[in-house]
Amino acid sequence: MSRLAPWAVAAALALAPLALMDLHTWVTLTVAGLAMGMLIFLVAAGLTLIFGLMDVLNFAHGALFSWGAYAGFTALVLLNRAWAWAETPSLAVTVALLALAAAVAMAVGAALGVVVERVIVRPVYGQHLFQILITLGATIVLEELLRIVWGPNDQVMPVPLALQGSWEILDVIVLRFPVIAIGVGLLVYGAMQLLLARTRVGLIVRAGVENGEMVQVLGHDVLRYFTGVFAAGSALAALGGVMWGMFSQSVRPTMGAEQLIFAFIVVIIGGLGSVTGSLLGALVVGLSYNHVAFLLPKAAIGVNMALMVVILLIRPTGLFGGAR
Amino acid sequence: MPDALLELEDVHADIGRHHVLQGVSLVVRRDRVTVLLGRNGAGKTTTMRTIVGLVPPAGGVIRYDGQPIGGRRPHEIVRRGIGYVPEGQGIFATLTVDENLRVAMHDPAAGAARLPAVLDLFPDLARLRAARAGALSGGQKQMLAIARALVNDNRLLLVDEPSKGLAPIVVDHLVAALAAMKARVTVLLVEQNFAMAQALGDDFYLIDDGRTVARGAMSDLARDEALKRRYLGV
Repeated sequence: MSRLAPWAVAAALALAPLALMDLHTWVTLTVAGLAMGMLIFLVAAGLTLIFGLMDVLNFAHGALFSWGAYAGFTALVLLNRAWAWAETPSLAVTVALLALAAAVAMAVGAALGVVVERVIVRPVYGQHLFQILITLGATIVLEELLRIVWGPNDQVMPVPLALQGSWEILDVIVLRFPVIAIGVGLLVYGAMQLLLARTRVGLIVRAGVENGEMVQVLGHDVLRYFTGVFAAGSALAALGGVMWGMFSQSVRPTMGAEQLIFAFIVVIIGGLGSVTGSLLGALVVGLSYNHVAFLLPKAAIGVNMALMVVILLIRPTGLFGGAR
Repeated sequence: MPDALLELEDVHADIGRHHVLQGVSLVVRRDRVTVLLGRNGAGKTTTMRTIVGLVPPAGGVIRYDGQPIGGRRPHEIVRRGIGYVPEGQGIFATLTVDENLRVAMHDPAAGAARLPAVLDLFPDLARLRAARAGALSGGQKQMLAIARALVNDNRLLLVDEPSKGLAPIVVDHLVAALAAMKARVTVLLVEQNFAMAQALGDDFYLIDDGRTVARGAMSDLARDEALKRRYLGV
């Protein structure tokens, strides 16, 4: 199968609903679907590194996502108290402050990721059952810590004025925040591709994933690289958390656990370890969910599972999976 | 020994509950090829893995260039100037030939400068730099594994069973390539192919059941039919 086939299938899946709705509705739903797909991609992108590349079944990924959301939430609340930025109509200022909050969240995510990798994941590399058990345990601890620090209830995420509402482009109503989300997703995708394919660190990581022992005897401290990858994956989870918090305008301790299943579905659909596969998988999931939710609301959640089953039946290694 | 580059004194090592090395002693002298011989399961590969730190020594002393290296982590040991070519080559099948070479370089700039000379030794690899390493033939994979050990300024090469699974004509190429390297670098070679060991080796050590049982000049071993029959079955 050529590299283009998965894209053709995705495009066909996206265009098929046009037969059942008018063009305006389709465009609106498609933009919303792409945005949702990008948000799912942010969650799945970190998991692609940790589960797909390093083969660690990290169920704590969701808790790191929640921690990122809360860290970003706190940063945004503090920034808002200092400058009342939520009221500013300037999109540039808003985006700059948003980037600052995202940076705080990613730093918290990366730091927690280092702790999780060093303390609980390092002793269980290569042992899936232990990985599941210990990272589920870590999830409970991390979620309880969230409740201790921020309380058990939902908190309302401040969403700045400049990101509320919608733009009208060629008669089509496009919500603002989803457009930002699509931009962030593309940025993350580009950065990951560049890092893995073009840099020396990316090369050593790809080699280490295939044969960690050999990378060690070629003179590289593979454990240090794995800690770095885990930290990067956790930072992406945290970024996903902030973006999701903005999208749903609230944060709660279990939000990560709720998203984790989508992330695993996307990583599996896309093919383990493929960043491009995760992007396409996330977009397909986001689009199908939105199109089906309009046509047949009750089937919206089931359609993602069905999608995964069908794709894995046809292509067991996922859309971009190798022969690994 | 004053010209010793690598010395093992009564080295022990365990794998799981098995006491695999039970007293391996050997000296690899500078600018020579030392061959490590022994039957399957005698502990040859474990000796190599213990030297580079993949198996932690449970006892004894390992000295490289006069410094003890036993118990250090693999990347620290090899950065002192040891190139390791493992049994089964250990190449990265999903990377290209070029990427396999680049990932091996400790210093990318110095490695890139050495690369043309390395590729001169292995013309096949020069042609196939953009190919995925997994698509290479067995002989080409072995050449790549050796080339990878040469892109750094290594003084010692540990080469584990390079002829394993290769066709006789490919083994001839390999012997020629290794012979060309002999002039620049010290080699510790594990080899079951006695003809190849004899063609390349200066000194030999024989190990059996994880212990050094005999040592000497390769030319003497070639004549000692009783020793060969007893430990090597040839």
